Amino acid sequence: MTETVALGWRQYRLERRMFWRNPSAAFFNFLLPLLFLAGGGAILAGNQHELNRLIPAIAGMSVMSTTFTALAYNIVFLRERGVLKRVRGTPLPTLSYFGGVAANAVTNAALQIGIVVLAGKAIFGIGWPQDWAELIVFVLVGVVALAALGVAFAHAIPNFESTAAYVNAVFLPVVFISFYVFDSSSAPGFLRQIAEALPLKPLIDGLYGAFVTGSGIGSHLDALAVIALWGVFGLFAAVRGFSWEQRRS
Amino acid sequence: MSGASHTPAIEVLGLSKRYGEFEAVRGIDITVQRGEVFGLLGPNGAGKTTTVEILEGYRARSGGEVSVLGHDPARRSLELRRRIGIVLQSGGIYGHITPREALRHWAGFYPHPRDVEEVLALAGLQGQANVRSRKLSGGQLRRLDFALALVGDPELIFLDEPTTGFDPEARRSAWETVRKLRDLGKTVLLTTHYLDEAQELADRVAIVKDGRILAIGPPRELGVGASHYRVAWRDASGAFHERETGDPTALLGGLTAEALARGERLEELSVGRPTLEDVYLELTAEEAPPRGAGHTGAGGPGEGGSRAGGPGAGGAGAIGQRRAGDD
Repeated sequence: MTETVALGWRQYRLERRMFWRNPSAAFFNFLLPLLFLAGGGAILAGNQHELNRLIPAIAGMSVMSTTFTALAYNIVFLRERGVLKRVRGTPLPTLSYFGGVAANAVTNAALQIGIVVLAGKAIFGIGWPQDWAELIVFVLVGVVALAALGVAFAHAIPNFESTAAYVNAVFLPVVFISFYVFDSSSAPGFLRQIAEALPLKPLIDGLYGAFVTGSGIGSHLDALAVIALWGVFGLFAAVRGFSWEQRRS
Repeated sequence: MSGASHTPAIEVLGLSKRYGEFEAVRGIDITVQRGEVFGLLGPNGAGKTTTVEILEGYRARSGGEVSVLGHDPARRSLELRRRIGIVLQSGGIYGHITPREALRHWAGFYPHPRDVEEVLALAGLQGQANVRSRKLSGGQLRRLDFALALVGDPELIFLDEPTTGFDPEARRSAWETVRKLRDLGKTVLLTTHYLDEAQELADRVAIVKDGRILAIGPPRELGVGASHYRVAWRDASGAFHERETGDPTALLGGLTAEALARGERLEELSVGRPTLEDVYLELTAEEAPPRGAGHTGAGGPGEGGSRAGGPGAGGAGAIGQRRAGDD
C-alpha cells in the first residue's frame, strides 16, 4: 500500500511537471477564468450585488474546466497516443497511475479557486469566503464528481481530433444554462429544472453560499446531493466503460 | 520455485482467440527457451499481434494453455509485469518528457532497474537524452521504446513489429539493439513481417498465417530442410532460367557441357538452396494469385534498397521480380 501511494506521488509529480511544460494548457487553465472574471467585472462594475454572484459562477466553471474538460481531453489523448497501453504493460499499479493523473486535475482546480478568490478580493472588493467549510466541501465533492464525469465522458469520444467538439458540446451548454438560471430569476421553468438537475448549477449555488451568504452547508444539502449523485454515476461509468487503448477500426 | 530458470520462458499450447465470428488465432503451439530470440513471421493480419498481446496480458484468450515465465499472463500479476519488457507496435509517450526523465520515471516502477545512463547508451540515445520526445525522430522514438522496455531489466522482452516503417539505417540500428539484448542473455519474442529481419535476428522462427503456424525452426534450417537445390542462369539470348533439382551435379554437368559445346557462357550461374524466403512465400501464398504483387509487400527489403534488383542484390524484391518474370 505504501508503495502504491509512493508511486502515485511520483506519478503526480511527473504530471505536474508535464502540465507546466505545456504552455497552452497552462494558459487556458489559468488565464481563461481570469479573462472571464475581468470581462464580467467590467460589465458589472459598480453593481456589488451582481459582482457577488459573478465570483461563485466563475469558480464553478473553473472546477468544471479543470476537471471535466481537462480529464476528458487528457484521457482521450493518453488513450489514442498509446500512453495508457504502455503504462498498462508496466508494473505501475493502476491506482497509482490514475491517482496521480486525477490529483493533477484536482491541484489545478484548487489553484484556480484560489486565483478566483484572490482576484475577487483584490480587484472587486469581495470579502474572504464567508464559510470555508462549505467552500471546501462543495469544491471537494464537485471536483470528484466532475473529474469522474470527465473520465467517463472520454469513453464516448472516438478519437483525439474530435475531442474539442465533443467536450464543448457538453461544456458550453451546461455553463450557459447554469449561468443563466443562476443569474436570472425569470428563467423559464423547464430550463431551471434542467439546470438544477445538472451538476454545475448546484455547485454554483453551494459556492455562492460559501462565498457570499455564509448560510451554511445545511441550506444547500439538496444541491450537494445532486452533485454527489452525479459523482456516483460518474465513478461507475468511468470505471465501467474504461478502455486502455484505441478502438480498432 | 527452484528449477524456475530451466523451464521455458514461454509455453503456448493450443492457443486460440476469437473476436465474434472471426478466429484470429486457431491453435498455436510455441515453446520459447530462455535466452532465445524467437520470431513470429507472417503477413499482416496473420494473428501475430493478437498472439503476442495475449502473452503480454493485454488480451484474454479464448482457449489453450499459456505460461509466461511460469505465470498465466491473463492474471496480470505484478510479479510477472516486473519481469517482462514490452515494445508495442505503437506506444505513445508524453510529448514534453525527455528520454532521461522518462527512463528515470519508468525505472521507479521496477524493483531492480538498470542504470538509466547505461540504458540510454544501450539504446543509442545519449545524444538525445535531454530532448523533448515530441522533437525526436521516428527512429529515435523507437529507441526510446526499447529503452523504456529495458530499464526494468526484464528477463523477457516482447517486440511487436519493431522496425515497421523504418528507413534502412534505423532498422540496422534497431537490429543492433536486439543483438545486444541477446548478448545480455535476454529472451526475446519478436513479431515481424520482414523476412530479412527474422533471418537476421531470430534463433528460431515460426511462420504464421491465418492464425496457424505453418512451419517452425531455425531460419536457415527451414530452407535447408528441403531436399532440392535451385540452379539459375541466363542464356546467350539473355533469358533467365531457374530450375529446381535434387541432383545439382548432374544438372550442372549437362548445362555446362551444352554451353561449352555451343561456345556460350552461362551468365549469372548460381546454385542455391531454398531460403527462408522461398519457404515463406511457398507457405503463405497457397491461395496463388498475389504472387508477384505479394512479394514486394511481404519481402520488406524492397524498401531497404534492393529495389534495383540485379545480380548482386540478393534481397527478396530481387528474387521476387526474377521469379515473376520466369513463371
